[in-house]
Amino acid sequence: MKNNMHFSNGKNKMHNNKDITDKQYIYAVARIRSKELTLFGKSDIEQLISCSTEMECLRILTDKGWGKDGSHTSEQILTSEREKTWELLKELVEDISVFNTFLYGNDYHNLKAAIKQVYRGTKGHNLYMSNCTLDPEVIIKAVSEHDFSLLPEYMRDIAEEAYQIQLRTGDSQLCDIVLDKAALDSIYAYGKESGNELISQYVELKVAAANINIAIRSVKTNKDEEFLKRALSECESLDINKLIECAIEGMEAIYDFLATTVYFEGVPALMESSQAFERWCDNLIINYIRPQKYNPFTLSPLAAYLLARENEIKTVRILLSGKRNDISDDIIRERLREMYV
Amino acid sequence: MEALNNYGIVLALLGAALAALVPGMASAKAVSMGGIAGAGVIAEDPSLFGKVLILQLLPGTQGIYGLIIAFITFSQIGVLGGSSDISFVKGALYFAACLPMIIVGYTSAIRQANASVASIGTVAKKPDQFGKAMIFPAMVETYAILAVLISILAVSGVTGLNI
Repeated sequence: MKNNMHFSNGKNKMHNNKDITDKQYIYAVARIRSKELTLFGKSDIEQLISCSTEMECLRILTDKGWGKDGSHTSEQILTSEREKTWELLKELVEDISVFNTFLYGNDYHNLKAAIKQVYRGTKGHNLYMSNCTLDPEVIIKAVSEHDFSLLPEYMRDIAEEAYQIQLRTGDSQLCDIVLDKAALDSIYAYGKESGNELISQYVELKVAAANINIAIRSVKTNKDEEFLKRALSECESLDINKLIECAIEGMEAIYDFLATTVYFEGVPALMESSQAFERWCDNLIINYIRPQKYNPFTLSPLAAYLLARENEIKTVRILLSGKRNDISDDIIRERLREMYV
Repeated sequence: MEALNNYGIVLALLGAALAALVPGMASAKAVSMGGIAGAGVIAEDPSLFGKVLILQLLPGTQGIYGLIIAFITFSQIGVLGGSSDISFVKGALYFAACLPMIIVGYTSAIRQANASVASIGTVAKKPDQFGKAMIFPAMVETYAILAVLISILAVSGVTGLNI
């Protein structure tokens, strides 16, 4: 799939892009300014770290308004926080498709889940993610009836390919790779077409980071060139052909190559561990979006708030997981992301 | 030239009408922008209504200044009573005298609205910084005031010219 593919019919795409580039979102940004006050800062995170148990953390989170009635476990609380963020954004923008960049990943996850369920002959809806551009029921129907015309045009061919791979070869990993690459391609192409600088830069970082992670993992698991060609997505800031060559040579070649790119500052983190590199990427995105705290117009502060909330939820998840597994405070602190506020 | 002199009053009236119209339109848009941002803040924290209202109203002054210029011009050219016998050149000068208010009134109202919206965002996050936040849009007012002063001086000055 090429990066310059088109997602929807021209009319919708133009309408959405016009919304993204022309609208000032004055009301929405003003509300987000107030909402930013409730985002966790360093002191809130330190307060959570100082808790001795996960339960104590959950109590503090509940006191701070996290979760909904009936959400008791950490996962329930985190899920409800993500839901709250999307409910707010749906309230603030007339057309939620301006955030499609952040939703396409969930569509492809749902497609993956549906194909796996059909292959295994199982049923259940707990595998599917909400907040996506396509109703999961449509995806389930398309896969179970093998009628991909129900899906949007940009998804049909790739859904058919992944379906055939899974059902004919039973190779779940290959099926995942095909869909993961398609998801990255979709996110990248929509982000670049959006005309919004923040979203465009976000997708650039996201795809480049994903490519680097895939290359590193493929070296560790001795994957061949064919695998890399199927898995890596094109992006402007990283020459994937060069990355593939380096991945075949080994880890040192990847480090040397990255040292010549705009991601050179991430090399020490990459040498440390893939988790450290992931943290470096997350921090890079947060540092990039931070100036949006002072931008009173456009979609960018809203997108920044969404990314800040995702970052906050991820940070709290890491923290809760650390507390659950009795990991020392210092190690938990090392794993945490920088906060937006 | 004699025939053209009949259009002196037209030009003068056009200048006065535009002085009321253009800054008025800009102020309406500007106050609306402030109102939209204000509504967003009030939705989250109604206690900020008073502070947000002041910031919303700041860019509304250009419309008032435009009205003043229009009113002064009307009274000078005899539309509100007296002689309306104005030469073409004098009519053109009245029109030119209204231009600072027409142009600066429009641009300053829109720019001030941007500053007001940004300050409303500041007040939403730090209500105790209202005083400082108000200064930023208020600074834009300077240029609207300069424009209205120049227009008043020019309109009054043109009246005294014997042309």
